[in-house]
Amino acid sequence: MTLPRLLAGVHADRPLALAEHLDVHGPLPRAGPELVDAVERAGLRGRGGASFPTALKLRGVARRNGPRAILVNAAEGDPMSAKDRVLLQSAPHLVLDGAMAAAAAVGARSVVIAVPEDAAAARAALQRAIGERPANRRLRVTAVPVAYLAGEESALIACLNGGPLKPTVVPPRPAERGLHRRPTLVQNPETLAHLALIARHGPDWFREAGTRAQPGSALVTVTGAVRRPRVLEVACGAPLASVLGGGPEPLRAVLVGGCHGVWIPGEAIASTTLDDIGLSLHGGVLGAGIVVALGRSACPAQELARTIGWLAEQSAGQCGPCRNGLPALADLLAAMVAGRAPRDAHRRLDRWGGDLPGRGACHLPDGAVRFLASGVRVFAAELAAHERHGPCPDCHRYPTLSLSGAQRRAAA
Amino acid sequence: MTAHLRVDPIACSGHGLCAELFPEWIELDDWGYPILDRGPIPEELLQHARRAADACPKLALAIRADRER
Repeated sequence: MTLPRLLAGVHADRPLALAEHLDVHGPLPRAGPELVDAVERAGLRGRGGASFPTALKLRGVARRNGPRAILVNAAEGDPMSAKDRVLLQSAPHLVLDGAMAAAAAVGARSVVIAVPEDAAAARAALQRAIGERPANRRLRVTAVPVAYLAGEESALIACLNGGPLKPTVVPPRPAERGLHRRPTLVQNPETLAHLALIARHGPDWFREAGTRAQPGSALVTVTGAVRRPRVLEVACGAPLASVLGGGPEPLRAVLVGGCHGVWIPGEAIASTTLDDIGLSLHGGVLGAGIVVALGRSACPAQELARTIGWLAEQSAGQCGPCRNGLPALADLLAAMVAGRAPRDAHRRLDRWGGDLPGRGACHLPDGAVRFLASGVRVFAAELAAHERHGPCPDCHRYPTLSLSGAQRRAAA
Repeated sequence: MTAHLRVDPIACSGHGLCAELFPEWIELDDWGYPILDRGPIPEELLQHARRAADACPKLALAIRADRER
């Protein structure tokens, strides 16, 4: 097993040119419907966050009639993720290969690649890579707003169809009616890059890395209390500690999965692996591979309150549970951290935590509740201290969870 | 065939009529938005479910018939 795969041969300061890409990976074999079976045997799962089996998604679009479309969802809405932009600005041809192979596999004729407005380097790399290939009028790169919900597929499709960037009610799913009402395969760029390598080397090769349950490698974005924020490629199932390196200070906990993720308490870091089974012990999944190290000097109560406040702001405000519930949770957390929590604060947390998930058009409130519930569990002592005594001296430190995208820019 | 209740969360504006008409299956959260029982609705309660769906001013509540799995 040799890593890196996706990031093989890449340069730090410019994308792989077509000739270099072909030197590293060889030519893309002609793909067709049989690629779906290869992807199934490889056990590839989506790397956008939901870990959905890619072959199932491919089949869901392949069996539709009429013109089909591929939407490469590079919106990377979580501000603590940089891996998709790093992949695009380093190895754009691999993602293009994956999109083309997926198009051939499901019989799609058009490919749209949605890249956030602030990922200029990724967009430029894609445009340049497209320019190095034979002209293809059915391949288009488009800029989308920088917003948490831009990565939510129904909101992204609504936006690209000319509407507001807001989730829509499913069904219909994108596979039934997506871009310009066409059956649409929505895939994350990293997933497509893996698919491009499966098309070249086959499922057995893919399974040489990773675990039996979760084969392959994965890109992870590591930020927070680490020597430097970075994106790296690891085998699925790699020890969590192996991506943290020796940081500047001892760690209190690690967040895996970003704003929708879960907290791994300090004492569990050494025994945790980066795969769905390893993370399920803490209620999480590998998802989009977002890893944030929280140092001893950070205030976890403040981090929780601030992030829930940010998520409440990211809500499209369409569904009652999210529009009402997230600001209420954010206010409650802020009051707890400030030492002015109502007597029944924990009862409210429990009730809302049970009531909110699964009732919106999208999963924003579900993820917010997962993040918060995990934090309340792992940082119970710290939270209780704030409830009793109010803000701690560390409350005013520079935040670790970088919601402004500053750490992501540093990692890219 | 079994029947389930489904609410369109974007259309729903929290009038709460549904919970008054079909309290066996629908309760309201702290802001007056419905929380539905996700299970199949028994035959003898279907009439209440229909009344609740028909009463929704936003047409956000629907009975979905699913094939028996």
